[in-house]
Amino acid sequence: MKLSTASKMWPSMKYLERRVIHAILLLIGASVLSFLFSSLAPGSFFDEMKLNPQISSDTIAALRSQYGLDQPLPVRYVRWVKSVLRGEWGYSFAYNQPVRSLLMVRARNTLLLTTLAMALAWLIAVPVGVWVSSRRGRWDDQLASASTSLLLSVPELVLALGLLYLVIRTHTLPVGGMVSARFDRLGSWGQVSDLAAHLIVPVTALVLASLPILVRHVRASMIEVLQAPFIQAARGHGIARARLLFRYALPAAANPLISLFGLSVAGLLSGSLLVEVITGWPGLGPLLLEACFSRDIYVVIGVVMASTLFMIFGSLLADIMLVVADPRVRTDHASDRA
Amino acid sequence: MKSKKKLIAAAIVLLALHLAILLAGFVAPYQPAMQNRDFPYISPTRLHFVDARGHWHVRPFVYQSVARPDSLYEYTEARDQEYPVHFFVSGSEYEIAGGLPSHTHLFGVDAPAQIFLAGTDNYGRDQFSRILYGGQISLAAGLLATAISLLLGVCIGCISGFYAGWIDESAMRLAELFLVLPWLYVLLAVRAFLPLHISPSQTFLLLVAVIGTIGWARPARLVRGIVLSARSRKYVTASRGFGASDAYILRRHVLPHTYGTLLTQAALLVPQYVIAEVTLSFFGLGLSEPMPSWGNLLANLQQYNVLVSYWWMFAPALALVLVSLGYLTVANAFHQQLQSGSI
Repeated sequence: MKLSTASKMWPSMKYLERRVIHAILLLIGASVLSFLFSSLAPGSFFDEMKLNPQISSDTIAALRSQYGLDQPLPVRYVRWVKSVLRGEWGYSFAYNQPVRSLLMVRARNTLLLTTLAMALAWLIAVPVGVWVSSRRGRWDDQLASASTSLLLSVPELVLALGLLYLVIRTHTLPVGGMVSARFDRLGSWGQVSDLAAHLIVPVTALVLASLPILVRHVRASMIEVLQAPFIQAARGHGIARARLLFRYALPAAANPLISLFGLSVAGLLSGSLLVEVITGWPGLGPLLLEACFSRDIYVVIGVVMASTLFMIFGSLLADIMLVVADPRVRTDHASDRA
Repeated sequence: MKSKKKLIAAAIVLLALHLAILLAGFVAPYQPAMQNRDFPYISPTRLHFVDARGHWHVRPFVYQSVARPDSLYEYTEARDQEYPVHFFVSGSEYEIAGGLPSHTHLFGVDAPAQIFLAGTDNYGRDQFSRILYGGQISLAAGLLATAISLLLGVCIGCISGFYAGWIDESAMRLAELFLVLPWLYVLLAVRAFLPLHISPSQTFLLLVAVIGTIGWARPARLVRGIVLSARSRKYVTASRGFGASDAYILRRHVLPHTYGTLLTQAALLVPQYVIAEVTLSFFGLGLSEPMPSWGNLLANLQQYNVLVSYWWMFAPALALVLVSLGYLTVANAFHQQLQSGSI
C-alpha cells in the first residue's frame, strides 16, 4: 500500500523538482534584470556630493572606486552575487551598513502587517463568497457585487488616505509609525495593545483593498461548482445547506482558490507599499522609496529581490498545494511526463 | 440583458468624463494656473436656490465670499447680493484640444463673485478646473501607456505564437520574469533611476514609456495563446496552400481573433495605468507643479493639516474612482461577452 502511493507520488516529485529549478532560474533572471535596470541610472548616490564645494572630485572618485561603482556592470554583478552568498546583500551607502540587516528589520515589520491582513481578508472573503454564491441574483448577492465593484475601483492610495482622514478626524486611533513614543515605558500588555492600535489602520486598508478580488473569485468558482450534477444529487438527498456549501461544494471549488492563495502569499512583501508609505508603517515600502530618491542602488535591488523571492515562493507554494490537494493534478503531470 | 444596461450606463459616464476632460478649457470656469491669493483653501462655493428674503430662484446663484476678519483660511458669504450662475459666458481665453482659440465657458458668475465647485488649493487655484486639466494629463498617460503595452504585447505575442521555436521559448521566459517581478516596485525603481529633473513634457513621455513597457508581458501571453490556437486552424493551412504570406495570414486570419481579448485588456489596463501615474506623481516621481495631474493634486494631502482640515482636497480622488469604476464595468461586460462567445 505504502509502496504504491510512493510510486504514485514519484512523478509529481519530479514535477516539483522541475518547478524548483525553474524558480531558481527565474530568481537569477530577476537579479540580472534588476541590475540592468539600475545600471541604466545616469546618476549615483555620490552625485549629490558634487554640489558640495568642500568635497573635491578626487574624493568622490575615490569613494566611487571604494564601493566599486566605477567597475563595469558584470564585475559589479559578480561582486554582488558574492556578497549575497556571504549573506550581506550588498552595502547601503545611506545607512552605512550591509543591506541584509536593514532588510531583515523592515521585512519583519511588513510581514507582521501583511500576514495579519491576508489572514483576515481570507477569513472574511471565504464565508462571504460562499454565502453570496448560494444566493445568486438575490438582494444580498447584488449588494455584495455592487460593493465589490465599488471597492475595486477605489485605488489603494485613496483608500488609505480616506481611512487616515477618518481616524484623525475622530481621534480614535494613533496614527503613524508602529508604536507610540512611550512604547518602552509600557508594560508587556500595554505594548501589545499599543502595537495593535497602530496596526488597525494599515490592516484595514489592506483588507479592504484585497477583499473584493477574493470575494469575487470565491463566488465565481463556487457558482461553477454549484451547477455540477453532484451538488444537485446532494441537494436531492436533503443535505443541509451549510454542510452542502462548505463540505461538498467548497472543496470542489478549491483549486482556483489555492492558486489565488499562492498569489496572496506572493504579494506579502510587495503588496503593501502604498499603505505603508501613507500610514507611516516602517516596512519595506518606505525603505524602497527613500532608497529610490537617494539612489541607494543596493538597497533598491535588495528590496526588489526580496519581494521577487516571495513572488516566486508564492507561486511555487500554490503548485505544491495543488499537487497535495488534488489527485487529478498529480496524474496529469504523470501523464505529462510520459 | 442586465449587464448590457450596466455597460451602457458605464459607457455614457465614461464618454461624458472624457469629453469634459478633453474640452477642459470649455467646461472649466478658470485657468488651471490662475491664482487667487486672497482665497486660499476656500471650501466649495455653495449653490443657492433660496435668497435671504425667502424667495425661490429657478436659476441657481452664489454669494460673494469674503475672508472672515482676524482669521486664517476662514470665509463667509456676503449675503447682500446674489450672483446668478450663467451658462456659455465669456471668460479667459483658452485653446480647445490644442488648436482652436475660444473664450466661451460652460458656466460662470459675474465678476466680484467667484465659483469654485471643488474649492481652492493653497494658492487659491480653482480645484474643479485643475481636476479637469489634470485629467488631460492623467488620462492621456493611461491611454498612451495602454497603447504601448498592447502594441508590444501584440507584436511579441504574434511573433511568439506564430513562429514558435526558440523565439517563442525565450520570449515567454522573459514574460514570466516580468510577471514575477513586483510591478509597483519595479515601476518605482525604474522611474527613480531615470533622471529626476527634466522638462515636464519629457517627464510625461518618460513616465508613459516606463509604465507601458513594464506591462507588456500579460497581453503578450494572452495574444500568444490565441495566435497559437488560431494558427492551427484549417483555414489558415488552406490560405497558406493558396500562397498567402505570413503577414497576410496574420492580419487577415489570426489577428481578428485577438480583438475581443485586446479590448478587455485595454479596459483593464487604462485605469491601472492612470492609477500608476497618479501614484508616481503622488510620490513626487511623476509630473510636478505647476502642471496639474490627479497625482500631484492628491499629493497635497500628504500635508497633515490639508488632510485633516480641507476635505475638498479629496475631490481628485472622486474623479479617479469614477474613471476606474467606468472602465472596470466596461471590462467586466466585455469579459462576460467574450466568455459567452459573442465578440
